[in-house]
Amino acid sequence: MAVVTQHAARSRRGTELLLLVLAVGVAVLAYGMVGLGVDGEWSAGLPQYGGGLAALALVVHGVLRWRAPYADPVLLPVAVALNGLGLAVIHRLDLAEGSAQAPRQLLWSAIGVVAATVVVVALRDHRLLRRYTFVAMAASLVLLLLPLLPVLGRTINGARIWIGVGPLSFQPGEIAKITLAVFFAGYLVTARDTLSLAGRRVLGLRLPRGRDLGPILVAWAGSVGVLVLQRDLGTSLLFFGLFVAVLYLATERVSWIAIGLVLFAGGAYVAYQLFGHVQQRVSGWLDPFDPEVYDRAAGGSYQLVQGLFGLANGGLTGTGLGRGRPDIVPFANSDFVLASLGEELGLAGLFAVLALYLVLVERGLRTAIGVRDGFGKLLAGGLAFTVALQCFVVAGGVLRVIPLTGLTMPFLAAGGSSLLTNWIIIGLLLRISDAARRPAPTPAPAPPGPATSETQIVRTV
Amino acid sequence: MNTPLRRLSLVVALLFALLLGSATWVQFVDAGDLRDDPRNSRTLLAELGRDRGPITAATGEVLAESVPAEGPIAYRRTYPGAPSAATWAHVTGFYSVVYGATGVEDALGSLLAGTADELFYRRLSDLVTGREPSGASVELTLQPEVQEAAAAALGDQRGAVVALEPSTGRVLAMVSSPSYDPGELASLDTEQVRQAYARLLEDDTDPLVNRAVAGDLYPPGSVFKLVTAAAALETGDYTPQSVLPGPAELPLPLTTISLPNVSGEACGPGDEVSLADALRISCNTAFGSLGLSLPDGAVADEAAELGFGRALQVPLRVTPSTYPEDLDEPQRALAAIGQGSVRVTPLQVAMVSAAVANDGVLMAPQMVASVNAEDLSVVDAPEPRELGRAMSEDTAAALTEMMELVVQDGTGTAAQISGVDVAGKSGTAEVGDTDGDGSPEDPHAWFTAFAPAQDPQVAVAVVVENGGDAGSEASGGRTAAPIARQVVEAVIGR
Repeated sequence: MAVVTQHAARSRRGTELLLLVLAVGVAVLAYGMVGLGVDGEWSAGLPQYGGGLAALALVVHGVLRWRAPYADPVLLPVAVALNGLGLAVIHRLDLAEGSAQAPRQLLWSAIGVVAATVVVVALRDHRLLRRYTFVAMAASLVLLLLPLLPVLGRTINGARIWIGVGPLSFQPGEIAKITLAVFFAGYLVTARDTLSLAGRRVLGLRLPRGRDLGPILVAWAGSVGVLVLQRDLGTSLLFFGLFVAVLYLATERVSWIAIGLVLFAGGAYVAYQLFGHVQQRVSGWLDPFDPEVYDRAAGGSYQLVQGLFGLANGGLTGTGLGRGRPDIVPFANSDFVLASLGEELGLAGLFAVLALYLVLVERGLRTAIGVRDGFGKLLAGGLAFTVALQCFVVAGGVLRVIPLTGLTMPFLAAGGSSLLTNWIIIGLLLRISDAARRPAPTPAPAPPGPATSETQIVRTV
Repeated sequence: MNTPLRRLSLVVALLFALLLGSATWVQFVDAGDLRDDPRNSRTLLAELGRDRGPITAATGEVLAESVPAEGPIAYRRTYPGAPSAATWAHVTGFYSVVYGATGVEDALGSLLAGTADELFYRRLSDLVTGREPSGASVELTLQPEVQEAAAAALGDQRGAVVALEPSTGRVLAMVSSPSYDPGELASLDTEQVRQAYARLLEDDTDPLVNRAVAGDLYPPGSVFKLVTAAAALETGDYTPQSVLPGPAELPLPLTTISLPNVSGEACGPGDEVSLADALRISCNTAFGSLGLSLPDGAVADEAAELGFGRALQVPLRVTPSTYPEDLDEPQRALAAIGQGSVRVTPLQVAMVSAAVANDGVLMAPQMVASVNAEDLSVVDAPEPRELGRAMSEDTAAALTEMMELVVQDGTGTAAQISGVDVAGKSGTAEVGDTDGDGSPEDPHAWFTAFAPAQDPQVAVAVVVENGGDAGSEASGGRTAAPIARQVVEAVIGR
């Protein structure tokens, strides 16, 4: 039943500031202890790093106070904590490998934060995005196809998902996650009624009409196209998962999930039959310890197994930052950043980080529940679920729950495109959450009555 | 749309639960197996990066220690034992990057490395304080002057020496020859280690084998007559003065062959000899007939009480000595004089003497005096432990007198020390044709002794393979007894 309570809407910006201090504190401590663990003295550049991270956090915080005072107070601190921890781990691997990725990552963090700020400032109302539904679709297609262009596209580590200009390289497919989420939300909020109401019931499932199957088939074909043309398992899975989730949110019909799973299983089976690299990923997942699979020069399970060894050596409490050997694992600061973290911070640290992601995602879904318009619900839900699915695909690959794919942990892993994209997602979620938590505009002054003195919020229990 | 959103958040929670579960599996449940996988170089690197505890002799001399090293591996193991690392090599063993560990380095490996469960609470405090855990130190019972004397006396001859303290079972010396330089195998230059190891493995003299406890077992020859004599005295039917048949040759039942005395003569007038004299001059025919006339199983039982067939860890793993089962009559006669298929370790022979010396009570041999954590607190200090009573006090006293006669006026005169009553027994073990060249190898020379007879401080066993420098002319009394004497002298300080 609905319970009507007197509830003064609160911005909770103070809470956010407190959590930010905590997040920056933890990240800075981690960064400093990396140096202690490796060299026995606090990391060089600690003041610059700490100052930089704190400044970035405060910029967003300030902008929120100014432009989105009712935004969710937990999203930003969690993102800052993850971004900061990622910097610490990347710095730790810089020390081990003699690379200099951490400054780049800090630069990309700044770019990402600026982008998130621009989203919050420039986008006064998220519903404006609905106007660009089909622009978003076109943009998605362009972004996905860009790496296939002859001059611009680049193949790195076997996947053609990069574009390069001079020394810079970028994964446009990352940004496509956002444009696709906008497109799906905009399209489905219009089409939901047709999709959800028409159709026959079979075995308790209301199946959609044949002609309504069009969009999901297009999405499926698109994700298979990504898989075939760009050899990128993870992104393909991510896009398809996003589409099915938003479709389910819009129609509330389980049949779409069933159809989606069947299509996915079929696509995966065909891909397995056709493509050697898919077979390698699967055999590396099923029998990673088989010497033949382990020693295979290309596509073997060496990386996965070394990651598992690292995690096992970390045990419950970890070796301590700077005291493990995460550098043994290839791509320890990007694809396998979770193994690096688990080795040095242990199961405890891994749980904490996964819990941060869970909190981030659930706050996003909470925003979707709270916001009043359908487009906002679908967009927030879709974006939050993308983050969740990406975490699952990456962590599941590292922890041997599912075959390994080429995705990276949001915020944590080294990589500019991913960081920029995820900060934009945070910007969007902050904007939507402001709309969700903002008190409804006070109605025009009514004749004096018993219930007009204060804002009312209706809470359903 | 809120209902599917709630369901979706439930799905997300389930996905994360799956991740938490699998993380727990990898990092906790299955972690042990993953850590032990030979492809996991982290385990080795962590082990090598640790400050491993030192191994010291009873008087504190350092036999093995870790010193800081340059390069990716933080510590290097060194063996500063005197006069050379090889003197102690079979005791300490080696600790190699490539080939793992042997000896005490292996047997007490987790304590030295600091990873043993006994050190759990100390590790816990290290965890809290963030200190790099360091290994416990191991102090052995071995005494440098005894070890050095034993090694010097054995010299280049192949063989082994074990010295025990009879009242406690403490190992005072354990030498196996030839030996090797453990430092060479502990080098951080893996190519050099591989070459050195291959060379030692190919060496026909098996320098890596600790002959004292874990080599191919030896036939004991006449030192086993101590066991047969003890079995006879324990029956109560025999005394040292009991008269036994002692002809020049003893015809063996069921066969056409006979058992001869080494001298080719009868052991006494009228082909008769007392038990004490039979032991003194090592009369084969007398002990052979004793083996035939003792009740079935009497010798086997006595051997078992003296430690045959027991898998001991001192803490080095000791190969159990064997007394064969289900013997027919000629085999019993042969076993009674330590031939046939009786096989022993030098440690086992020292245990026989030690049991006699300790009034019949057999103590468990022990090489470790104490294990101390880095903060010097005692983790483990093994107390002397009885393995059991091997013979009555009367039997032990009678055997002691008989063994004194061996040294005073028998086959063991080379073990005499002026002013000290030494009790001993020689052995010359036929080994047959072991290398297959058609002619028998030179016999192994044995001697076992304890002294002083009335207040024993040391029991020793010496074996010199294939007669050592004396070759076919070797006998226990000539070749091994002088070595035993030097070891005894080192213990009682003369």
